[in-house]
Amino acid sequence: MIHKFRLFDTNIVVDVNSGAVHVFDDAAYDVLDFYQNYNKEQMIEILSDKYDRVIIEEAIGEIDELVKSGQLFTEDVYRDYIPKWKRNYVVKALCLHVAHDCNMRCKYCFASTGDFGCERTLMSAEVGKKAIDFLIKSSGNRKNLEIDFFGGEPLMNFEVVKEIIGYAREREKESGKNFRFTITTNALMLNEEHKKYINENISNIVLSIDGRPEVNDNMRTRVDGSGTYKTILPKIKDMAESRNQDAYYARGTFTRANLDFSKDVLHLADEGFKQISVEPVVLDEQSEWSIRPEDVAAVCSEYEKLALEYVRRRKEGKGFNFFHFMIDLEQGPCVAKRLSGCGSGYEYLAVSPEGDLYPCHQFVGIENFKIGNVNNGIINEDIVNAFANSNIYTRKECSECWARFYCSGGCPANGYKFNKDINIPYKVGCELERKRVECALWIKTQQLLTNN
Amino acid sequence: MKHIITISGSNLNKNIDKKGCGECQTSCQSACKTSCTVANQKCENN
Repeated sequence: MIHKFRLFDTNIVVDVNSGAVHVFDDAAYDVLDFYQNYNKEQMIEILSDKYDRVIIEEAIGEIDELVKSGQLFTEDVYRDYIPKWKRNYVVKALCLHVAHDCNMRCKYCFASTGDFGCERTLMSAEVGKKAIDFLIKSSGNRKNLEIDFFGGEPLMNFEVVKEIIGYAREREKESGKNFRFTITTNALMLNEEHKKYINENISNIVLSIDGRPEVNDNMRTRVDGSGTYKTILPKIKDMAESRNQDAYYARGTFTRANLDFSKDVLHLADEGFKQISVEPVVLDEQSEWSIRPEDVAAVCSEYEKLALEYVRRRKEGKGFNFFHFMIDLEQGPCVAKRLSGCGSGYEYLAVSPEGDLYPCHQFVGIENFKIGNVNNGIINEDIVNAFANSNIYTRKECSECWARFYCSGGCPANGYKFNKDINIPYKVGCELERKRVECALWIKTQQLLTNN
Repeated sequence: MKHIITISGSNLNKNIDKKGCGECQTSCQSACKTSCTVANQKCENN
């Protein structure tokens, strides 16, 4: 299977199953349309109005070489490997919902403004420590373990965050594990003490800000409805600088209220942020703020605009990283990872403030998806198996999609949200992902062709 | 080649039996939380 597309005068050809990426000139690009179904003389005849015979013959010869060397029209050989890869999965990451409460009332919040549709509550240190015990016990021989402090707003329960980290550090010595911590915060409460502790103990911080002041303040408000931009921007900037512009993300969400979101990404870049992730909101179509099928063309056009500017700024030495444009073609994840995706429900679980286990943070509060508790471990094996057995080949749409090895089958929670089935991907999300991957690949071609 | 430039060769099927150790970061822990992007993740063995 191949995917060919043209973006800003560059003809890009992806050999889906080998991961090879090529830039074709116009003649070779046109030949490719006929290569599999016509012989050489027929192709020369079909394209004789556009190209000389010699050019067409050269192009066919080069395509022949790629096919012979396993870089074009390769077969999918991975389906048979899945049972082997999936056999020994262990839990390796937990998202701890340390606060089901929030000091903000963002209009698009998937957590029902912080409480996940349940009572507003904080996780106790005892539950957090049991979560650490559960993770160590459930992680087999896996050395690297991850904890994300999430909410609601985790800074509302920061003393417990510190206590949990302290406990994990104690236990990692005798258990031979290596804990990596992440925290996701709206930054409203962020102060010097938080900053110092986070920089000394937490390897990644996700700082929420949506972009331009009016865009941020339209969505991200305090409980009293007032905007937060003026308060959070200096704090987030300071935090980013204190980490040398690394190991953090300035993370925004765009909605149909700002379909021109490339301006928000560039606004964050203009403010000096070097690590930026601005992502489409995921809401039901009925929601005022949702990205709907009729918005897809506008969003895709924004990604293209952003890609152009992204490359321009890099060439000028003013580049930044945009999470969804970052693709590692050489040292990226192995095929096992690409087939199995985010690992939600079996490698990656979320823990509610009460200690209940869910397949991921987006399922927290949905009773049918409660799979156990930090005290007793996993009880509902059926759900765990449903997630563990889900991969790009159990999803018809994914198994036919050229982008399957880049997104790994999309977000199961989104599939469930829109289709009540983790094996049916969220269509709008897929369309946007394919465009992002195309832009990311185009950016790669520009970097490599110009050594920039 | 005159007509084709290879930006990246065949990487997916290299050493397929030796990979899948799972030591890499969980993709949703990095920044997304609402999508799934895996191709920008680092392999711990490289």
